[in-house]
Amino acid sequence: MIHHTGFQSLFSSLTRRQALQIGLGTGLSFLLPTLEARATEKRGKERPKSIIVLWMGGGPSQLESWDPHPESSVGETVSKISTTIPGLEIGDTLPQMAEQIHHLSVIRSMVSKEGDHERGTYYAQTGYRPDPSVIHPSITAVISKQLKRDDIEIPQHISLASGDGFVVPRGGFLGADYDAFRIFDPGRNIRNMRPGVDEARQQRRLEGLDVVSNSFASLRQKPVAKTNHQSVIEKALTMMSSSQLEALTLEGEAQSTIDRYGDNRFGRGCLVARRLVEQGVRAIQVVLSGFDTHVNNLDGQRNQFAILDPAFATLIADLKERDLLDSTIVLCLGEFGRTPKINPLEGRDHWPIGFSCVLGGGGLAAGRVIGETDPNAARSNEEQLTKTTPPKSPVSIPDLYATILTTMGLDPYEEIQSPIGRPFMMSEGMAVNDLLPERLR
Amino acid sequence: MLIALAVVGVTTLAVRSSAVPHALERNVTDFSKTSALAQTGNLPSNSTEASIANAPIVTEANAELARLWEADGSVRAGEASDLVILRRLSLALHGTIPSLEELRLFELDTSPDRINRWCVRLLQDNRFDDYFAERLARSYVGTEGGRFLVYRRDRFINWLTHQLRANRPYNEIVSAMISGTGVWTGQGEVNFLTNAFDDDEFNPNKITARTVRAFLGQRMDCAQCHDHPFDHWTQNDFEGIAAHFSQVRISPFGLTDDKSKEFIVDDGTTEDGRMVAPSVPFNPEWLSESEARRERLAAWVTHPSNVRFERATANHVWGLLFGRPYATDRPVDDLPDPGTDSRLAMLDLLGENFRENGYDLKHLIRVIVATDAFRMSSVPPETNGDEETPDNWSVFPLVRLRPEQVIGSMIQANNIRTVDQNSHLFIRALKFFRANDFVDEFGDPGAEELQDRAGTIPQALLRMNGELSRELTSMNPFFAPGRIAAIAPTPESQIETVYLCSLTRKPTPEELQHFQTMFEESGTGTAIEDLFWIMFNSPEFSWNH
Repeated sequence: MIHHTGFQSLFSSLTRRQALQIGLGTGLSFLLPTLEARATEKRGKERPKSIIVLWMGGGPSQLESWDPHPESSVGETVSKISTTIPGLEIGDTLPQMAEQIHHLSVIRSMVSKEGDHERGTYYAQTGYRPDPSVIHPSITAVISKQLKRDDIEIPQHISLASGDGFVVPRGGFLGADYDAFRIFDPGRNIRNMRPGVDEARQQRRLEGLDVVSNSFASLRQKPVAKTNHQSVIEKALTMMSSSQLEALTLEGEAQSTIDRYGDNRFGRGCLVARRLVEQGVRAIQVVLSGFDTHVNNLDGQRNQFAILDPAFATLIADLKERDLLDSTIVLCLGEFGRTPKINPLEGRDHWPIGFSCVLGGGGLAAGRVIGETDPNAARSNEEQLTKTTPPKSPVSIPDLYATILTTMGLDPYEEIQSPIGRPFMMSEGMAVNDLLPERLR
Repeated sequence: MLIALAVVGVTTLAVRSSAVPHALERNVTDFSKTSALAQTGNLPSNSTEASIANAPIVTEANAELARLWEADGSVRAGEASDLVILRRLSLALHGTIPSLEELRLFELDTSPDRINRWCVRLLQDNRFDDYFAERLARSYVGTEGGRFLVYRRDRFINWLTHQLRANRPYNEIVSAMISGTGVWTGQGEVNFLTNAFDDDEFNPNKITARTVRAFLGQRMDCAQCHDHPFDHWTQNDFEGIAAHFSQVRISPFGLTDDKSKEFIVDDGTTEDGRMVAPSVPFNPEWLSESEARRERLAAWVTHPSNVRFERATANHVWGLLFGRPYATDRPVDDLPDPGTDSRLAMLDLLGENFRENGYDLKHLIRVIVATDAFRMSSVPPETNGDEETPDNWSVFPLVRLRPEQVIGSMIQANNIRTVDQNSHLFIRALKFFRANDFVDEFGDPGAEELQDRAGTIPQALLRMNGELSRELTSMNPFFAPGRIAAIAPTPESQIETVYLCSLTRKPTPEELQHFQTMFEESGTGTAIEDLFWIMFNSPEFSWNH
């Protein structure tokens, strides 16, 4: 048997344990343990900031959640309940959130320019409308790049419980490195993350890979080095042996905790998101789809909000209890809202003007309610879906992201370059002053 | 029963290079027949095709390459081996590496000029039309499913596949796309237009940008909102072309034109918008006399004097063959104006020849494959020392395989016989469904597939630990690992067969020695599984070279 232990050869760095035995001072810093600033060791405001986006796929109805209008002629809908923000009433679909909402703020006047799922999702995730000449990065990709941490061995941009491909946030022109790492069934199996064979066999495989790679690379050293094939495999191996992978599991969580979030993909996703934040991961998306209720709106919305409510409320309470809320922005958003008018199939259609989102944490002002809608105003020109009168104090997606970036300590107007040298601002919007932390207003 | 027969056939292939049990070999009759054809050099169309290497266009193209290298002071690399070139060809035209079955046939063909003849052979295989239609379609309609009600991507691909199979002149294919009318389920080409419906409204801007990019190789999208800062395209130019598409309307009877409809641009300057008449940015005499605006435009785009059309096609086809376009430093659909960059003279040569040969795509492919650039080794010449190799095709570039090529190659390597329309239904189903899942998880670059991109960690994890790669490397009596273990008589022939199946080459003496030791230590079954795993994760497997 030929032994490859020298670090000069390709693919020789194997398990974490072995790397530690030999690896100090060889420049392979990514193989080393996280020496300092483990995120779990810092709490409170000083902790590096993260963002969790709860993505409501399909277009959640504002009328059955954050902006109920049972007294208006909006068809069959929910009733209102009072909340921990004085004067704020929300739909009875969200009883647990009614208890936690004072940690957050509600925007009822979101406006988008796109009324199609795919285009709307693109716009709501990037702050830019689809453009055939460039793919914009999602805001979470931008954050994971701008606030990149060197001590994280697992992906820093993760999408949990995601379904449709276009809902997974992309790195766009920042490169595929910043695409969100997809995990379909959070906490259950970490697909592809564990070798399929035992350690001795994995070792033999890597040695063999070393041999085959060397015979290819020996004649073409520069071109092969430029491919980065080796370093990508090494990083993947590092991840496979990283203790940080545990954050992606539910190891050590009591079943009662899982049940509080909801033992479903979205609930477990929110719990895994909390664990990832503790580990220091920057940008996490958790997806709940199924809001596209063109038929039988009320039942459909009730079902989905019944999944959202415990997961969202438990997540906020948990972050608060662990003193992580001041460093973690939580944003609950979908691509658009739904029409005040009920269609003949008892459904609501797409409504990109005057829908709601909820956000807070990470230093954002709490307890605010921004904007106001008049569902009756839309009835007069309902045929012009995208050209209705905007709600009071409209907030665009770029405005929302300017607010979030500013709060996270980034300058939204800082330009990042696309590969062909076209500069883009991180967000073209204006931060919503009322939502900014006091020191930034 | 059928499976059993197939397995017997497979066995023979696996051991052909070593001691062949003659009784088994006789079972593969169809295979023997084809190999007899190959040996006599009597392949279909062989008589006319063999001469492409001597065609004046190939000589001119090689002279142009030599001119570039001299200007750059580059030393060209050596010739790649025929097996390496066959691998490139198969990846480019069929999206997979060659099967062991094909390699055995190829090895039997010892007459000269076999690459050019095999190029024709690959072009005549139905897998070419299927695969190339999908590749070309990406620049016409992208990859999104879109609005199912009025857009059927599958019908479009199906239509395009048939155009390629019939070898319809490319200018006619493009004209049909631009000017097509009818129902999107019946007339596949109409989906080129219905793809541009957003929110129930036809978007002439989207189709204009796409037409100019895909067929003229230039981007005027920016001119949609303002005059292009670098080029001479203006907003008026853009709107003038868009006006040709503005009469499109859709009804239950399909897509037609409403000849009374005018193009009104709402740019906020006037209350009611501004009417824009159809126009083109240059050479309006190329427009046809037709009543239908789109037919007039189609004639302009594909006019024989419109060299942008032929240059763009040459650049795109070159890109699909090499994995990167001839103009390496720009997106494939963003060429500079004709005559402005002498380094791109190759595109003029190829484009002109393409036009003179009736816009025959297969001819264009054969010409490019016959040039020195396609035959070049990816090993840089030693004289290069520390110098960076300039992007001038003096060394064959290492290009990352696209996801569909990776999965196509993994599935092919797992089967000793060629995976094609004659394969067992089960294998074709596996290829179709698994390939789609894999491509989705691997990350489909969509219409941007010819842009350079980095490999990602999820991709490496998927290749190393993914379910499919586990399945494809595991011992199963019907697939390559199991077949090789059962039939190849010695570890040496087993190792050699795995190498041929996956890397299209034989192992070096050092490799052979290393893996013979591994076979002794692990036992045959485990060792073959591990060897396939190693191959799938090696840079040599996932890069075109």
